[in-house]
Formats: sequence, C-alpha cells, structure tokens
Amino acid sequence: MKKSVFLGALTIAGLAAGVAAAGTLDDVKARGKLNCGVTTGLVGFAAPDANGEWKGFDVAVCRAVAAAVLNDPTAVEFVPTTGKTRFTALASGEIDLLARNTTWTFSRDVDLKFEFVGVNYYDGQGFMVPKSLGVSSAKELDGATVCIQTGTTTELNLADYFRKNNISYEPVPIETSAEGAQQYLAGACDTYTTDASGLASLRASFENPGDHVILPEIISKEPLAPLVRHGDNEWADVARWTLNALIAAEELGVTSANVNDMAAEAGNSPEINRLLGTEGNLGEMMGLDAKWAVRAIAAGGNYGEIFEKNIGENTPIGLARGLNAQWTDGGLLYAPPFR
Amino acid sequence: MSDTHAESVAYVRETAIPPAPAPVTEAGVVGWLRQNLFATWANAALTIAALYAIYLVLAATLPWVLGGVWTTDSLTECREVLQGRSAACFSVLTERWNQLIFGFKYPDEFYWRPSLAFVLLFLAAAPVLFFDLPRKLLLFTAVYPFLAYWLIWGGTIWAPVFAALGLVAGYVIFDRFGNQNFATGFLGGIAAALVVWILADYIVPLIASDDPLLPAVQSRDMGGFMLNMILGVVCVSLSLPFGIALALGRQSNMPLIRWISVVFIEFIRGVPLITLLFVANVVLAYFLPPGTSFDLILRVIIMITMFASAYIAEVIRGGLAALPKGQYEAADSLGLDYAQSMRLIILPQALKISIPGIVNVSVGLFKDTTLVSIITMFDLVGMIRGPILASSDWNGVYWELFGFASVLFFITCYGISQYSQWLERRLTTDHR
Repeated sequence: MKKSVFLGALTIAGLAAGVAAAGTLDDVKARGKLNCGVTTGLVGFAAPDANGEWKGFDVAVCRAVAAAVLNDPTAVEFVPTTGKTRFTALASGEIDLLARNTTWTFSRDVDLKFEFVGVNYYDGQGFMVPKSLGVSSAKELDGATVCIQTGTTTELNLADYFRKNNISYEPVPIETSAEGAQQYLAGACDTYTTDASGLASLRASFENPGDHVILPEIISKEPLAPLVRHGDNEWADVARWTLNALIAAEELGVTSANVNDMAAEAGNSPEINRLLGTEGNLGEMMGLDAKWAVRAIAAGGNYGEIFEKNIGENTPIGLARGLNAQWTDGGLLYAPPFR
Repeated sequence: MSDTHAESVAYVRETAIPPAPAPVTEAGVVGWLRQNLFATWANAALTIAALYAIYLVLAATLPWVLGGVWTTDSLTECREVLQGRSAACFSVLTERWNQLIFGFKYPDEFYWRPSLAFVLLFLAAAPVLFFDLPRKLLLFTAVYPFLAYWLIWGGTIWAPVFAALGLVAGYVIFDRFGNQNFATGFLGGIAAALVVWILADYIVPLIASDDPLLPAVQSRDMGGFMLNMILGVVCVSLSLPFGIALALGRQSNMPLIRWISVVFIEFIRGVPLITLLFVANVVLAYFLPPGTSFDLILRVIIMITMFASAYIAEVIRGGLAALPKGQYEAADSLGLDYAQSMRLIILPQALKISIPGIVNVSVGLFKDTTLVSIITMFDLVGMIRGPILASSDWNGVYWELFGFASVLFFITCYGISQYSQWLERRLTTDHR
C-alpha cells in the first residue's frame, strides 16, 4: 500500500535536489520563501493561532527578515523545531534562520559553528512563590523545596546560586513545564524556577495569578538571540541589521503607523533618513534595495510594538520591559548606528 | 395383585409435584447478587468497598464532566463562566476541533478529502477483514491506497495512476515468469515496476495540468489525529508483508538471506523507536544534498515500518516454530515447491497462531505514532503539546485535551482488539 506516497515524494525530492547551495541570501531570494525555525509552541514567543497563523515575539523576527528580503512578511515557511532538533535543522540547511528563544552561549557560537545576530530578548532565571509563603527575596529561600526541570542549565544555575549564598534547598525534579505547574500548584514544592519569561507566562495561565509572585532576583544571564550558520556573513548581516533596524526604529520613534510617511521623503534626522533609505545606500551595501528597513518595520512594527503586542504588559503574559528597554530608558537594547 | 399393594401402603402419590419457583434468594437478580457479589462475608465486604470506591471516582469526575463548558473562546472566559466551580472546559475541543483532527495547516476547504478517505478506508478494509464478503470488493481495496493518496495529498492524478501502473506491470511480469522460476519472476517484476516509475518521473511533470482537480497539499501540512491514522494504517499494512518476508528469510536455507534477515531484525529490535525517528528527522538531512527536502512523513513511515516489521517477523517466527515438523514434511511429500508449500500449508496455519501477537504489535504501533510529536510533527499529541497549549487562550488546559486524546486512541485500539477476538473465534485457533 501507499507505494504512491513513495513515488510522489521521490519526484519532489528529485526536483528539489536541483537547487544548488549558493549564498543563503540568493537562495532565499530564488526560493521566494524564508525557512525560519521556531519552537513547536511557546506562549507569546511562537504559536499558531486558531486559524493556523503563526504569531509571537520570535515569529515577528522571521516576518521582519522576510519582509526586508522578499518584500512579503507572509513569505515565511515556519519550521517547528524542538530543543533537540533545532541546531541540526540549522546546520543541515533545512532552515535559513533560527528564531527560537535560544540562549547565546560561547560553545554554541564557537563550537557548534553558529552566528548569533544579536539579542532580541534578555531573559534570566527567576523564582515564583505563592504569596502566602511571605517571601520577598530569593535569599530567604533557605531550606525550600524547589521544582526544577532536570537536565537543563537552570538546574546548574540553581545549584550555583544557593551555594554562593550559602543556603540549602531540596530539589523536586520535574520533566516538563506542564508537570512543573501541576506540582507547584499542588504544593509539592515551595518555589518553581525557570526563565523569568516562562514564569510569567505560566503564572498567566493560573486560575488566580494574583496569588503568586515572581521574586526580583534574576540568577542567570539568558540572552535569547536569533542565529544563522557560520561562514555566510552576507546573510548574517541581513539578519543582524534587520533586528537592529527594529530596535533602532523604536529609539528613533519610527513606528508601523508613521514609517510610510517618514519614508516618503527625507526628513530632518539624518539617521532616520539613512535607516529608511531616503539618504545613502545602506540597503544596497547589503544586497537589498533602499526600502528594506521600511518593510521590516511595517511588517510588525518596531521592537517596542512587537514586544507590547506579543508579551507586553497588556497581554496575558504581562512582561515588563525591564532589561529589554532601550538604553536611553535604562535597558540593554543598544542598536549600533546606521551610518 | 395390585389391590394388595394398594392396601398395604397408606398413601401413593399419583402425579408429579408441580415445579415450584426457585427460592427468591437463589434466582433472578437477588440470586445473581448473592452468588456473585455477596457469596461470603469477605466477598460482601469487598463488594461494598468496591462500590464505595466507584462512587468516590464518579462523584469526583461526573460533575466535572457533566458540568463542563462547551462554548467559550478562551480559558479565561471559561473560568468566568464557571465562577470558581470546578468543571471541565471542553470549549477547547470545540474551538480547536479541526486542528485536533486535521492539524493546523491543512486547508479547511479541503477537510472533506481526508474525511472521505477515512470513510472509504472502512469500505476498502472490509473485504480484507471479513472474508464472508464478496471477493470482488477486493478490487476496490487494491485501488484504495492510490485513491486515498490522491484524496489526501491532491495534486496531479497521474502520479498515483503511474504508481499503480508500475505495480500492475510488475505483477504481470511476475505472473508470466513466476510460474517457471520464482526468482526470475520476482526480480523481473521489480525491474518492470522500476522502469515504469522512472518513465513516470519524466512523463508526469509533462502531462500534469497546472490546475489539478484536487489542489496539492504539502506533507508538512498534515497533522492532528489524521496524521496518526495515516501513519498507523500505512505502517501496519506495510509491515505485515515485510514481517512475513523477514520471518521466512530468517528460516531460509540460503545463508546470505538468513544473515541479512537476522542482522536486520536484531539491529532494529535493539534500537529504540525514538532513536530511529531522530535518525529519520535529523541525521538523514546530513546525508542528503543541501536543499533537498525528502518528505518527512515518508521518512517516518519508512522508519516505523522497519521497526514494526522486525517485531512482526519475530511474532510470525513464533507461529512458524509452533507448527509440527510433520506439516513441512507433508507439504514436501505432496511435491509442492517452497512457494506453494508456504502459501498453501505453512503460512495459513502459522499466521492463524500469530494473530494475537500481530494485533498486539499493531495496537502498540498505533499508539507509538504519537512519538512523532517529539520530532516536531504535529500529530494529535503534538498539536496539544505545541500549538494549543502554547496559545495564550488555552495555556493551562491539560485534563480535557489529554483526556480527549485518550478517548480517541482507546476507541481505535479497543476496536482493533475486538476485531482480533472475533477473528480468533471465527478461526478457532485453539486445538481443542
């Protein structure tokens, strides 16, 4: 049975094999679609909605790059990846860009041969406790039972933090975030620890989110960054500067609402003019046209708009900007100059 | 003479006593209860304890299930409706029904296509499963795989047509030469099929219209329970013939064939299925030329089929070993050659013995199809774990979704198991 499946797929495989491996930018242009790796589903960061359309903070990066390169924010083939398959999918060329809340670390950058193109979300490990526990700082957690996902960096961070502060804890090992939520709500542990953004979205799913607090201490650095393959610097530049364009747009006050007006003719601010292509030839240097950044910003808005729409304080996830505010507002976002 | 007797006995009963109804404690409902539930004090105590346990379970679940909410658009709304009452939020099933069944990317105007294929599946499977039905129905069964492929994947009709033609060509050659020499017929048949398929590879793109009757749907757009059904049905039906071939190969007198079979079976059985799936998903991509997208469903079908055939081969080997040696000798003494003796004498008996084992593997295999969710395919479990639980609307609904998945799988697996029991009764495999 189903020999035909085999035949049909062989035909497709044969046709697809004709595409040679040139530069990724040319490949994407020739294909007319950006293959973008995302998670199989993480609240606020990437998930298909009821109509099957991908939405989320990481998804917005894919759409911005597709808009800049292909002039169409919907020309994205979303390839769902898990924590285990994401790096092979990128290394084998199945995807062009991986935007999957991946922490930028030395070994991933150097040893696994990837190119991180800039941080789109500064995360860090935090603690959630029930309000009734009356704890206001992680340093008061001496002797607490802690729900912790096994085999993750969060487990190591936890051990480091408690040793450094000379306090003790008792781990309750769990396998998945869903299990963690159940155990924590059932009172099997005093506190649940994972990335702060994960804690926030988990808390948002609780019946009474107000009964739980996320402690102010962030005990690790988790810069989440989109990445591409090592060795194709032209493509890495496109991804890096698309992300920078979104960040710079917020700093310069360019939004999805006013970007088309501002790009219609050169204004007073030389940097905005260069960003939006009314002055200079930045797009051309990268192998794109002058309006690349205009399209990237129009696709989903600037960084601030994307943040507010997907994970900001008015969404169920309700994350504050915190470290992810512009440098002018005391955050870490700092796009290099467009010059 | 009779008189004397009559006078010597005070009373003789001349009619039978009319049958009295059984005592009320021994018959009817009461009798059944006494015999089965309250036979002794210990049994009575156990019965009451069991009833209490059942009451506790039902008291906890029934209000939760019956009081469920079916019409809201998100978990938050659901909780507002419930106002702190503990009840199920089944709205997630109604709102995401299509995603649970078909995945989130199958175009909704084409939902009728896999649905029709599903209905036709029963029609095609019926003559295979129930051999009292007219044999002519098997013709439809032979056409069904190609029809189902065309319905679900769409695209040009010529691809499945040529695939079928290849098989027909192979069968014709085999039929022509197989009688004289099995090997010539077999290899010739395979060669003929390959020739047709290679030709089709050139012809189909030329004659395929740009606007096919059923627009094509990509493999990666398949999902939901449909994907579990596709994988389960295809892999079970493919692994049975492969399993038989492997089992026979393992008993073959030809060393090369025997070694290949043994190595294949032992290697596949020694590796976890999830490892094979990771190989299919991740490692194969390194060996293929860059840019190639060798259909992921096809890769997974190949891996699951390999896995299941190795297990089925061992089950059937058990059936073969259970046959008395006399059966083999009887076949030889009748002058049957290998193929004939296997087809007419050995396999019908061996397969009959193996039915429970084969069904066991099939049920396990069907449930194992949910493992594909780990390699980022959105089957029923993948849809639940990924997109649905990750949407901000439904983040936090676990019991309802996984309960629904369990019910779907239970219905399917229970159906398979009931059929196999019917088949065993029908064939009466026990030698009483």
